[in-house]
Amino acid sequence: MLVRARGLTKRFEDFTAVAGIDFDLYRGEAFGFLGPNGAGKSSTMRMIGCVSPPTSGELAILGLDPVRDGSAIRARLGVVPQEDTLDVELTVRENLLVYGRYFGLPRKVIRERTAALLDFVQLADRAADKVDPLSGGLKRRLTIARSLINEPEILILDEPTTGLDPQARHVVWDRLFRLKQRGVTLILTTHYMDEAEQLCDRLVVMDHGRFAAEGSPRDLIARYCSPEVLELRFDPELHEQAGDKLKDFPAERAELLADRILLYVTDGDEALAAVRETGLEPLTSLVRRGTLEDVFLHLTGRRLED
Amino acid sequence: MSSAASRMLPPTGRMLPPAGRLGRLRRAGTDAGSLRLIERHARAYRHAWLVFASGVFEPLLYLLSLGLGLGVLIGKVPGPGGRLVPYREFVAPGLLAVSSMNGAMYDSTFNVFFRLKYAKLYDAILATPIRPAQLALGEIGWALIRGAIYAVAFTLVMLALGLVHSPWAVLAVPGAVLIGFAFAAVGMAGTTYMKSWQDFDYVILASMPLFLFSATFYPLSVYPRPLQVIIECTPLYQGVVLLRDLVLGAPGPGLLWRAAYLAALGLAGLLVTGRRLARLLLV
Repeated sequence: MLVRARGLTKRFEDFTAVAGIDFDLYRGEAFGFLGPNGAGKSSTMRMIGCVSPPTSGELAILGLDPVRDGSAIRARLGVVPQEDTLDVELTVRENLLVYGRYFGLPRKVIRERTAALLDFVQLADRAADKVDPLSGGLKRRLTIARSLINEPEILILDEPTTGLDPQARHVVWDRLFRLKQRGVTLILTTHYMDEAEQLCDRLVVMDHGRFAAEGSPRDLIARYCSPEVLELRFDPELHEQAGDKLKDFPAERAELLADRILLYVTDGDEALAAVRETGLEPLTSLVRRGTLEDVFLHLTGRRLED
Repeated sequence: MSSAASRMLPPTGRMLPPAGRLGRLRRAGTDAGSLRLIERHARAYRHAWLVFASGVFEPLLYLLSLGLGLGVLIGKVPGPGGRLVPYREFVAPGLLAVSSMNGAMYDSTFNVFFRLKYAKLYDAILATPIRPAQLALGEIGWALIRGAIYAVAFTLVMLALGLVHSPWAVLAVPGAVLIGFAFAAVGMAGTTYMKSWQDFDYVILASMPLFLFSATFYPLSVYPRPLQVIIECTPLYQGVVLLRDLVLGAPGPGLLWRAAYLAALGLAGLLVTGRRLARLLLV
């Protein structure tokens, strides 16, 4: 077991960011914290990264105490923080060289790893460039390369693709997936359900500092969502009226969002036909499979990216 | 928080490493942390060598203007022990002391604030095995290395201009480094309390009068006695006298007290800085 938390709590004055959570993390798995902003994900990551002492509860990382042995633990972690903290006074290559030195690695080892890592994140041709002009996606890739310089046993990623455009996100996902295939243990936070579904073997849905649910993405969808979801969009003037009418519709559940109505059903096409029979005509309709977003909506009554 | 933070402080008597091989290995691996930061700065300044080199010129320009220019009009002034010395010889060690203070303050306030709040350099570094107190030591160590280079350059120029008459002047370089240590450590400790760039007006407010009135440009004897007492308490005055006595070849036992005073200030600043960085960054 790499990380063990029991009743882990983080309080800032009178605000409780993490309200007593329990989890175990095993070697080789990809574990995700899914939740909206302010759910307590980053606070949890900082505690695991040994840069934030827990207020109470137990936390053991690699069998060590993060407060007493923080420095020794950090030597074995890789961290991709939410905000880029690249060294803008240095070049791409120097960022890896200098960062490796912070870990006390010999220069020769760092040089070898730097070459391999820059290849891995496809930045070898930018090695001599300054960091500042790089795009957000390239900076993120460099941050990932940097976090791997000490060949960490656990890689901690706090919202690794927030703020990136879709194409850049896919490149990052691809690299993280390869790391996972190589057996690197990943802990990541995200508020993108597609990210969690793609990368996580196991995840917790976090809300207000607590776990609302825990399991594999597939389990969670099976447990908290219907096989299919029918999304309906009505003329804004008819939106509320349609909502009232569909409340008693024979679906597992109905959610009235600001712009759409979601019906959780077994067969989406059948349900759409039934809706039309009641005399309602949606402007657009979409039948899709249940996702983690639906799970989150069900568990918390809120959407993830609100 | 404070107890957790102090546990992350470096090897003082309070935090003894766990016994055994693992503890020793861990210390060997991480206690060089402050050197790694110095290494980083050395590398970063390779891209800004002109900025680095400019530090040599500031005190030289003052020396040319005040010492050689104004000095022609002034003639001789009372130096150590009341002995009359040419003005340029009087003012040169004072300028060395002032530039040691300014360089140290600049490194430890503006540069540190930028790295702390904007570049997020320390956040990045604290994700590695390096600890906050090692950061403090590294920053101050860097300021001293830089200061030492400038002090050597200035002392060589003094020598070339014939302003040095005593072998004691060799000690002016470590003396200048000691002044740098005191101001870098106190400056960095103060910086950890700063909220915005506006707060740096306080740095100017503190360093400007020190610069002008610490008997740098004229002897202390021009002031009435009560004012003299106040000025004798300031660290820059002590530094100016320290260097002047050395360069003009009149060291006395007071030299040790002055050095001890500056060293004590520096150590206090260093301790405060390590603690404050832990408090600010490890939350």
